[in-house]
Amino acid sequence: MARRTAIVGVGQTYHKARRPDVNIGELCAEAAKACLEDADLMIRDVDAFVLGNMELFEGRYCQDMWQADFVGAFGKPGIRVTTGGTTGATLACVAFEYVASGVYDTVMALGFEKQSEGDTRAGLKTVSDPLWIRWLTTGAIGYFSRQARYYMRETGAPEHMGSLVRMRLAEHAKRNPHAHLRLEIKNIEEAMKAPYLIPPLRQTDMCPTSEGACAIVVTCEERVPKMARRPVWVKDWVTVHKEAMYIRGGKHSVEDLTMAASRLFRRNGITKPREQISVAEIYAPSTWAELEWLEAYGFCEKGQAWRLEEEGHFYWNREFPVNPSGGVVCTNPIGATGLIRVAECALQLRGDAGEHQIWREPTLGFATAWGGSGWTVAVLLSAQKE
Amino acid sequence: MEICGLPFRDGYEDIVTCSSDHWDGKTLSDVEHGEVAGAHLGPGEVKVSMDGANAVLLGAIKILSGHAECVLVTACCKETQVLDPSVIENFGFDAPYQQLVGLDFTQAAALQAVAYMSRYGLSHKDFAQVAVMERRRAKENPRLLAREDLSLEQVMESRMLAYPITVLESRAPCDGACAMVLACEERAKELTDRPVWIKGFGSCYDHHNLGDRDLSQPFALKEASRQAYEMAGIKDPAREIQIFELSEHYSYQLPLWMEGIGVCREGRGLEVLGGREQSVLDPLAFNPSGGLLGGVPRYVAGANRVIEAFLQLRGEAEGVQVPGGPQVALAHGTHGPAGQHHCVLILERGF
Repeated sequence: MARRTAIVGVGQTYHKARRPDVNIGELCAEAAKACLEDADLMIRDVDAFVLGNMELFEGRYCQDMWQADFVGAFGKPGIRVTTGGTTGATLACVAFEYVASGVYDTVMALGFEKQSEGDTRAGLKTVSDPLWIRWLTTGAIGYFSRQARYYMRETGAPEHMGSLVRMRLAEHAKRNPHAHLRLEIKNIEEAMKAPYLIPPLRQTDMCPTSEGACAIVVTCEERVPKMARRPVWVKDWVTVHKEAMYIRGGKHSVEDLTMAASRLFRRNGITKPREQISVAEIYAPSTWAELEWLEAYGFCEKGQAWRLEEEGHFYWNREFPVNPSGGVVCTNPIGATGLIRVAECALQLRGDAGEHQIWREPTLGFATAWGGSGWTVAVLLSAQKE
Repeated sequence: MEICGLPFRDGYEDIVTCSSDHWDGKTLSDVEHGEVAGAHLGPGEVKVSMDGANAVLLGAIKILSGHAECVLVTACCKETQVLDPSVIENFGFDAPYQQLVGLDFTQAAALQAVAYMSRYGLSHKDFAQVAVMERRRAKENPRLLAREDLSLEQVMESRMLAYPITVLESRAPCDGACAMVLACEERAKELTDRPVWIKGFGSCYDHHNLGDRDLSQPFALKEASRQAYEMAGIKDPAREIQIFELSEHYSYQLPLWMEGIGVCREGRGLEVLGGREQSVLDPLAFNPSGGLLGGVPRYVAGANRVIEAFLQLRGEAEGVQVPGGPQVALAHGTHGPAGQHHCVLILERGF
């Protein structure tokens, strides 16, 4: 990397199912403003913007054009990147690259989604190949019920595991003021009463459609001493894509996740991820995916994640906190979701997460985004410059 | 990849694709584009959803950041599968005001053209002449669709889309794709003995609301080119740059963008193009390729400008090569209604 980069400000809206009180531009402005306030910067201090969302979900064309004035990008350099579910994390990575390149010193990445203005499912359906599989697809729910079934069969996880994960995430979400779904789940019996979407996937196992925006400010090493907040250093980032036709009946595969994490860990000398990394904010659209993917990333052995979950290992105040923000299952404004993972991770490393601050001493943070036809973006953040 | 002997998938660390979900009619248009570029469990991929020049800019940034040594940049658009482009463009305006008026990009451009005309006393005929000139050049460019000369009457009498823009003065919908390999200095020298360096770049957003802008003044282009000149160390662009490949989606934009990049006085772009104004620049310096009007799809447009400039600097612009061995070129891309966002890159012959 040409220059060290650090996250020096994060901001997000309060995520909700619907925000009829604001339009898209105003929603983005809320996040941009919160981010600048957190960083104690003025808009004139930002040199460039990286903007993105899901292109078809609001139905709006070249959305960044309308956004530009609201987020303060007028008269500034900017770019729009859209990579589906991974958009948020890609925004962060592009912002890191903008700063690391030495061309721009301070860059804002901003992602949003306002799903009530369009039809998410109609948009999502068109992700599949129009010739072969578009008429067979069942969107995210079909994919994740298959994934849950596969995980149960492969690891012998009992059916209540999904609900157990949800109980942890609901507990986390209650402690996070920005989280969207803040369910009161008293016990596992109550959690198991949620209706099936496609068995074994229950309503409570799946992410909601949220509206919200998130922004981060990234700056270079030279400017860090002038910043108001404790910097969170960016160690590394990686993107891995998988081919589109995975759905054609072949074996369920998580190669992209495994490859992304192993590349990242190898490059950064991480051999015992669960010990060396103090917090993980992973983009898992369903509770079952969270279990399987913790294994795919190499945080535990295959079939071990659900056993650790049963022991409560992943709670915010336990050995290895996973999604202390409540995760994607509680909050999912898609174009912002990946960026929220990075932002929440940064808050944890800064020690500013408030009620959901992890108990463990934060050193390294791992944030991911997932989307497309099985794509993973993974980011490694550090509390120390080293 | 064949030109520089780069192995598929293993030869580069990152991919930047450029396309649009709207024009592909598909969420995540880069699922396919990334796959054919080798992204399956290989290099990283990121999609730029704006004009192709920005994809090249991001490719350059990735290399400068040290996160990649070699980047494959692709751009693709299949415009002809869209029945009515104006419907998509209409959704490119803000929902509460401009979208409701029913604007599309051609109408926004027409407002800009009229503002430009009335400010400097120009006429529709002046713009039509630009289309005739561009088409004459495009005919010689084997990479473009247009194969016929147009007369001034033909242009002016063709169907009026929105005054003063006729159908032959606007970029016709077409299909196309392009790709290029960017590499850091060391890798570039391994891959070719005739590299073209990216010396500078810049980009800028203007206001979204057309009423908030002076449409006859391409503010964002001035700012984007200022950044690019500063980075490339260019003090006097008219004297230091020999080739300008600009993105004119409509005929009036060529002279207007010329003024925006600061190589001629305001309101004098047409005079320089017509050879009527004393200038250090030959009219042939502007879009020798024949420009976009000869048939380049959107999204590909800016990336295509970079490629045409690259070919000129390498002396490989078959059919439209400018004599005299040009050393420095400017490539430009624009996105959004009436040029709301501009991106400028400066290229230099490296051999």
